[in-house]
Order: sequence, then C-alpha cells, then structure tokens
Amino acid sequence: MSGAIVEVNDLTVDFRAGRGTIRAVCGVDLSLQPGETVALLGESGSGKSVTLRAMMRLLPKSSRIGGRVRVDDRDVLALSAAELTAYRGRTVSMIFQDPGLAFDPVYRVGDQIAETVIRHEGCSRAAARQRGLELFERVRIPSPGRRLDNFPHEMSGGMRQRAMIALALACRPKVLLADEPTTALDATVQIQVLLLLRELQREFGLAIVFVTHDIGVAVEIADRIAVMYAGRIVESGSCAAVINTASHPYTKGLLASRGHARMGKNDRLKAIPGSPPDLSAPPPGCAFGPRCESFVESCADQVPPSVAIEVGHEARCIRLLA
Amino acid sequence: MLLYAVKRLLYVLPVALGVSIVCFLLVHLAPGDPLTSILPIDATAQQQQEMRIAYGFDKPLPLQYGIWLWKVLHGDLGRSIATGRPVAIEVANAVGNSLILASIATLIGFGFGTFFGFVAGYFRNSLLDRLASVISILGVSVPNYWLGMVMVIVFSALLGWLPSTGAGPNGSAHWRPDLEHLRFILLPALTMSAIPMGIISRTVRALVADILDQDFVQALRAKGMREGAVFRHVVRNAAPTALAVMGLQLGYLLGGSILIETVFAWPGTGFLLNTAIFQRDLPLLQGTILVLAFFFVALNLIVDVLQSALDPRIQRG
Ligand SMILES: Nc1ncnc2c1ncn2[C@@H]1O[C@H](COP(=O)(O)OP(=O)(O)O)[C@@H](O)[C@H]1O
Ligand SMILES: [Mg+2]
Repeated sequence: MSGAIVEVNDLTVDFRAGRGTIRAVCGVDLSLQPGETVALLGESGSGKSVTLRAMMRLLPKSSRIGGRVRVDDRDVLALSAAELTAYRGRTVSMIFQDPGLAFDPVYRVGDQIAETVIRHEGCSRAAARQRGLELFERVRIPSPGRRLDNFPHEMSGGMRQRAMIALALACRPKVLLADEPTTALDATVQIQVLLLLRELQREFGLAIVFVTHDIGVAVEIADRIAVMYAGRIVESGSCAAVINTASHPYTKGLLASRGHARMGKNDRLKAIPGSPPDLSAPPPGCAFGPRCESFVESCADQVPPSVAIEVGHEARCIRLLA
Repeated sequence: MLLYAVKRLLYVLPVALGVSIVCFLLVHLAPGDPLTSILPIDATAQQQQEMRIAYGFDKPLPLQYGIWLWKVLHGDLGRSIATGRPVAIEVANAVGNSLILASIATLIGFGFGTFFGFVAGYFRNSLLDRLASVISILGVSVPNYWLGMVMVIVFSALLGWLPSTGAGPNGSAHWRPDLEHLRFILLPALTMSAIPMGIISRTVRALVADILDQDFVQALRAKGMREGAVFRHVVRNAAPTALAVMGLQLGYLLGGSILIETVFAWPGTGFLLNTAIFQRDLPLLQGTILVLAFFFVALNLIVDVLQSALDPRIQRG
C-alpha cells in the first residue's frame, strides 16, 4: 500500500533460550496510514510487546529480528546504531504499561522531557523547558510549571501517564507505539487517558499502534484491530468487521469471554479453555488448534493461510477456505 | 532530629567513661611489670622502688586511674617510656599517617571497585564479568599481610620500582603530598585497598545489574538517548548506595591495620600499637588504645546521626 507510514512485512523475532530458540513473533504483517490507529489485541504472551519493541529494535542481544520494517520510508532493520538513536523518540515514540517505572526515579520529570528535546533538537535548556511546559498544558496537567519540577513518585499514576505521553510527543513523532498504556490505571483515569490520546492523535496526525488485551479499549481507540495469537496475527479488519463478523474461533472466544450491556444476571462469561502454547515447541499447523472448539484433523496439517472475508478483513482459519 | 543528636551524644558519655576504665585496667591487668623493660637487669630493689614512685605505680589503682583520667582530659597522655616523647604527639602523628593511608586506600579501592563493578554489571555473565568477579573475590579473601608481602617481593625486591617500608625517604615519619612520599604510600595503600575494592565492586555490580533491568532504562533508549546518556542515568542511580558503602569502608580502614602497617613499617596507629606492645611501653599503649577506642565511639555516633538525617524512614527517638 502506498503512502503508508508504517509497513511491517513478515516480521519474525527469535529468542535464544538455553539450547533452543523461541519464536515469539512469526510472520506479522502490519500497515498503518498516517493518522491511523491499529489495536494489537491478544492474551498476555502472544507477542504484542515483542512486536512493538522489534519496530524500535529495542530487544535484547539474545534476539534476532527477521522480515522487513519500514517506518517513514526508512528501513529500520538496516539503520546504524547512530541512526537508530536518532530515529527512536523522534520518528517513533513509545509509551509503557507502567509509567511509574518508565521514568528515572532520581531525575525531575521536567528534566527528563528536556533532555529528550535537547538530544533530538539541540536546543537550549530554556527552550526545552518551555516545550515541556507547553506539553504539560496540552496533556492537561494542572499547575504544569510546578509539576515539571516533580520527581516521578510525587505524581499520581494517571498524571504520570499524562507526563509520559507529553514526553513521547515532545519531539513531534509521526508514530506512537503504546504498550498497554492504560492497563495499570483505574477505570475512570483509563477513559480520560484514552480520550486524551484520541484527541492528540487527531491534532498531531499520529499513527498509533496500541497494544491491549481488552477488546473494549481496542474498540474505543482504534480504527482497525489485529488479533494476535502465539506470535501470529490471526484476524484483522476494521473494528466493526472484527466485532460484528468475527471469523476466527479465537476472536469469537475473546468476544464471548467478555461481558456486554445486554447480559442478564444468569448469563455466564465463557473463558477460552486451556492456555497459550509453549513457543519453543508450538503445535503443528494452527497454533490455536488444541484449544479450538471446531478443531478438525486438517487443522494440524499446515499453518492456515490468510483468507479475505471482505475487503480489509482477513483471518487465518482453514474453515474459511471452504 | 536535633533532639536525637543531643540524646545520642549524651549516651556517649557513659560509654566513653567505660572505655577509659577498660583501657586503663587492660594495661594494668596484663602480666609483666612495665618497669622491667627499662630498668637494667641487675637493678636493686631500691632503684625499682624509686622508679615506681617516679611513674606513680606505687599509688592504689583507683587513685592512679583518677590522676591518669585528669591528665587525659587535659590532653596529657604521659610520656613514652621508650622515647621519652609525649604520647599525645606520637599518637597524633600516627593518627595522621593512618588517616592518609586509609583515605588513599579507599580512593584506590573505590576507583577500581566501581570500574570493575560497572564492567561486570554491564556485561553480565560475559568473560569480563567472571574476570571482575574473580578479582573482587580474591581482593576480599586473600589475607592482607600476605598480599602485602607479595607486593613487596614483586615491586620492591624483584622490580625495584617502589620502596618497601616507611612513610618517606630517610626514615621520614611524616607523610607529605609530594611525589617522593607518594612512592612510599603506594604499596601499603594498594594492599589496603584490596578489601574495599572487592566489596565495592560486588556492590556496584549488583546495583548496575539491577538498574539496567529496570524499565526506565528501556524507556531512555526508546526516547533515543545515546549509550553515554544512559550511562549517566545509571551512574546517578547507583551513586548514593555506592558512596554509602565507600564511607563505611573508609570507616573500617581509618582505625589503621596492625598487619599492613607492620609489614610496610608504616608509622600509623597500628604500627605504633605493635611497637608499644613489644617494647612494653605502657603509657604509649594506653594512649593509643584510648584514642582508637574514642575514634570508634565517635565513628558510630557520626554514622548513626548521619543515617537518621539522610534517611527519613529511619525513625529513632
Ligand atoms: N527477552 C526475552 N527473552 C526470551 N523470550 C522472551 C523475551 N521477551 C519475550 N519473550 C517471549 O516472547 C513471548 C511474547 O512476549 P510478549 O510480547 O511480552 O507478550 P505480550 O503479548 O504479553 O506483550 C513471551 O511468551 C516470552 O516467552
Ligand atoms: Mg506485553
């Protein structure tokens, strides 16, 4: 697709672990237009964080990244070390699940924002602080001037996440990678942060990859949803398509395991039985097979190809081939 | 806080009194008559008696203690029997020399210790890490005096690079910060630095490893900070603990080391103590022990007060 700001093709990530290898991400394709939000949805351990980190090459040395990652017309996997640090935080920023741990505890929050601005724009300390002040106002932190001088532990969780968003947007990136940024927050704060992110996205024209395990959050924030299971994207499409015409048994399972407004007192939530596969020895064929209600023998024959259900809505399940 | 400091200071008084009594008695309870070492072997009973009166050994013990304490409070620790010089001056010189040695040893230990610690912490489980571990474990576990003798054999006897004993050229007993004196302090200081080096390097390794595993380091890289800037953050996070450990090590070393100072004939408190014991120099021994004991009482006081001042979680009343 032309004009895409993020283009990931056949991304694989292997970890050396003991004598074997773990394939945490296995042939992921992802494409984002400027200003578009995609939610990566899946249980914990499905490879969402690893996918995000691979897009920034933020993985430990024990990992090997394969495939192609193009962001803003740059081949990320081919960047030199110096180009990589210039790319991180400037073209692509990341926000984290626990903002309490993502700030250096012994530096003032304002200084941590300023150091980022200075690093990428080479401006003066005063100008960097001014930028921090504007950003704090923009993310609606009350008495921003005073808050810039706070240490991270002097802020509440919600305020820290706002500060983290301010930090991530400090150098006007084009892409934001958000790794469960609202999971650690209270429900009300969570909604405020989601609304703020949506607002900022429109204003800055950001493309966002938003990782979450919560379908409700995904629907709230995203234009499209990509459902991940055991390192693969098993279904992807617009929010409406994925929710209303869920085609992969795993997506259906996720939807069924979640409450909805019309639920009666006696309706039961249905959890998906079993647990995700061991990635160092994945089951043959479809990785969801062993947990799938509609498992048939041919499921174990090969990894199901991606099948288009309608334009822009695809799923990997052999029963869709028929 | 101030109240605590005052209270803590008051507690010191009985401790100090007890220390002085123990010091005084230790020497008097020890077997052997201090006078025998300075009197000629064939001294008559009358000569002995005169000497005893001259040094005040004929009076009852409590009175002797009272007189001794009164003088001590006025800074008079008596005169050394062996040299005839005032004990206070001898001890002051020795304390100065021990201080210099301990400070330089701590600095060396801190320098190498943090270096090895950072290397090991940054390259965990690599060959470098193992090497640093071996060096620091050796530093802690090799006996000091043995290391000292090896140093003397290698650097003085075999290579002839550095002098092996004394504080300076021509038997100088006062250390001065010049190049010539620096050559003399190098071997004892290196030897003494082995233990703080080992302890600081283990501490820093654990600190750095722990810091590097924290999320904020990933976050720093994610916002494009170069490795140098990340390193600055790691240092800033490790500094308080590393400095505290260094202070503690300095405290341990300040008291002087009998073994190291004896091996290198370094004129510090440890060496002085050794000399006083072997020469049965009673006033000198008493004075040195007393000063050292007071030093540790003061050190504990300072550490206690500092700790409760620096860490609000330590509540004491
Ligand atoms: N540093 C690592 N070393 C080895 N394996 C890893 C590492 N990081 C992640 N993994 C593996 O990758 C899998 C996916 O992890 P992750 O992407 O964090 O899942 P999530 O979808 O919950 O974010 C995990 O099951 C884990 O086994
Ligand atoms: Mg994760």
